[in-house]
Amino acid sequence: MFLDFFYGLREHGVPVGMQEWMMLMEALKQGLHGSSLQRFYNLSRSLLVKSETYFDTFDRVFLRVFEGVEGALDIEDEVLEWLKDPKNFQELTEEQRQALEWLTGDELMQQFLERLAEQTERHDGGGKWVGTGGRSPFGHGGEHPTGIRVGGQSRNRSAMKVAEERRFRDYRTDASLDIRQIQVALRRLRSLTRVGPANELDLDETIDETCRNAGEIELVFRPEKRNNVRLLLLMDVGGTMDPYYEPVSKLLTALHEERGLREFRAYYFHNCPYELLGTTAALLRKDAIPTGDVLRKLDERWKVLIVGDAAMHPAELLEPFGNIDPRRTTETRGIDWLHRIHDHFERVVWLNPDEQDTWEQTHTTRIIKNLFPMFHLSVDGIADAVRALIGAKTLGQTVH
Amino acid sequence: MNDWNDDFLRFSGTEGYITSPSLVEAVNAAIALERPLLIKGEPGTGKTLLAQHVSEGLGMPMEQWHIKSTSKAQDGLYVYDTVQRLNDARFGDGDVSDIRTYIRLGPIGRVFAAEERHVLLIDEVDKADLEFPNDILLELDEMRFTVMETGDEVKARQRPIVLITSNNEKELPDAFLRRCVFHFIEFPEPELMKRIVDVHHPHLDTTLLDKVLLKFYWLREQSELRKKPSTSELIDWISVLLRSGISAEQIEEQIPFLGSLLKNEQDTEALQAYDDRGGRYPESWQDLGPRYNN
Repeated sequence: MFLDFFYGLREHGVPVGMQEWMMLMEALKQGLHGSSLQRFYNLSRSLLVKSETYFDTFDRVFLRVFEGVEGALDIEDEVLEWLKDPKNFQELTEEQRQALEWLTGDELMQQFLERLAEQTERHDGGGKWVGTGGRSPFGHGGEHPTGIRVGGQSRNRSAMKVAEERRFRDYRTDASLDIRQIQVALRRLRSLTRVGPANELDLDETIDETCRNAGEIELVFRPEKRNNVRLLLLMDVGGTMDPYYEPVSKLLTALHEERGLREFRAYYFHNCPYELLGTTAALLRKDAIPTGDVLRKLDERWKVLIVGDAAMHPAELLEPFGNIDPRRTTETRGIDWLHRIHDHFERVVWLNPDEQDTWEQTHTTRIIKNLFPMFHLSVDGIADAVRALIGAKTLGQTVH
Repeated sequence: MNDWNDDFLRFSGTEGYITSPSLVEAVNAAIALERPLLIKGEPGTGKTLLAQHVSEGLGMPMEQWHIKSTSKAQDGLYVYDTVQRLNDARFGDGDVSDIRTYIRLGPIGRVFAAEERHVLLIDEVDKADLEFPNDILLELDEMRFTVMETGDEVKARQRPIVLITSNNEKELPDAFLRRCVFHFIEFPEPELMKRIVDVHHPHLDTTLLDKVLLKFYWLREQSELRKKPSTSELIDWISVLLRSGISAEQIEEQIPFLGSLLKNEQDTEALQAYDDRGGRYPESWQDLGPRYNN
């Protein structure tokens, strides 16, 4: 049974290793579980699971493996799925129906808000009070009810009940699974230089100077080593980029959490950058700034990372008035803007979420790939892209 | 809970700190297994406070190492004060020939060197650089380190109880996580919250408390808020309400002293806008959904 538990957790993606397992075995040997299932639940969770994002999975596996140890109900996602279907509502009592309305309504909203938060919250503070899409305004938000309680008071709950409630569903963020990998890849975005105020003691220089000064102490200070990389992110949003929402949002999260950068800015475009860039992913006219301004304000040392699928109608890239947004007309061709970006900055790379073997099939992707080094939006691709941004100059034109 | 054997039951909460059984068990498992205890949770759920009460409950002194973005693993072990030594060499103060005089132990070093068993709190470990947790792993595992300048080994006389808190600002490295006992402090449910409030504001009028909590949990339910108010903000809010002598009825109609609950301009504005367009506030727990009504 215990081995089932261990492999069950691993199968469901909870990263449990031998080290954790041995820790639990040692704890059991010491009798820390006190032969109560409730305490075994607490103990095994704190020893085996190291992030609240896995608590939900843990609860499910625990339920499955130890079901029957204390007779308890099993609530599976399928059941919840079934409950979402309005056809099944007819046999329910009024109370149950209300509970369900909360569950389904809020889950949808949660997804919506998560999406929104990922896209705008971190960088621009688009502090709008989000409407709730036709439902009664303000007052519905927040976590959805966590599972269905099977009646009774919630004090002195048994382990099964606790697991069954699956209170940690809200903490599941599968998006966070390999953000750390991306972060590690991004850590190479560093070129340490001594800039800023001199506030670190230069010991070698101090001793040299003091000797030269015949023993009279001469303290020498120097600026601390700091990362001098400024990063400009240009990101394609909407349309064909929608299926890539998940990897892109992971990259965004990792970039925003990367505190090491000296400066970081993100602008958005649709398909191809033209004369205006959006400061928010919503690409609202009032939040747009002229691309020319960006080029004027940011000097050539800014590293530029463009994220987009580079796949569009050839006219969008190569013809005047190519912007498909009907509200905007511009004579300058998209390809000219790309050339301006290319000529202005020393290092520009392109990250493409499309599979690499499809790049050659698209006309516009081929053109863009010849202009900028293009890499696949994956952990390895990001690492390569970072290398092209930071590494020795000759690397700059490595085309993959 | 009475069937715990005495060897194991070390910490069971103190008067000033209300805790859940699972937290007590995590603390005790960490002590028994001699592993660091990693505590995560929303800001204001009492992570730092826990360490103080563990030290109080066990009757052990506490050493706190507050991590900043500039913290380096080395700072926790020791610092070699070169400037002081240079200065002494120049002015002939002190014994310059002995480097040991200029080695200052950091929090980890002090705890290792101390005669008494300590509780060591490494606070907000996620503030530091990505690799920081890995850098202190070896020392915490082996409970000793070597001072490079003198070759001296500092070895823990008494194995300290190590508590580490994290606000989840960064992902922590796997190697680090593998060695820790993990506990996630959930946000307290209203029932537990009443007991927590009672510790800080004893003998509070129950009608008032209920109204206050209703407003508080309702606010927390608004997922549009950028920063949900936490326990410490609730305690502060109640203090302000008590001092202003406001009545329970007044709290029903509005949210006075909003500034002590919402610390973010956009949140305050948003709530103001909601108020202006005649938004309703909850009248009873029924308005908060089934989560609070069972």
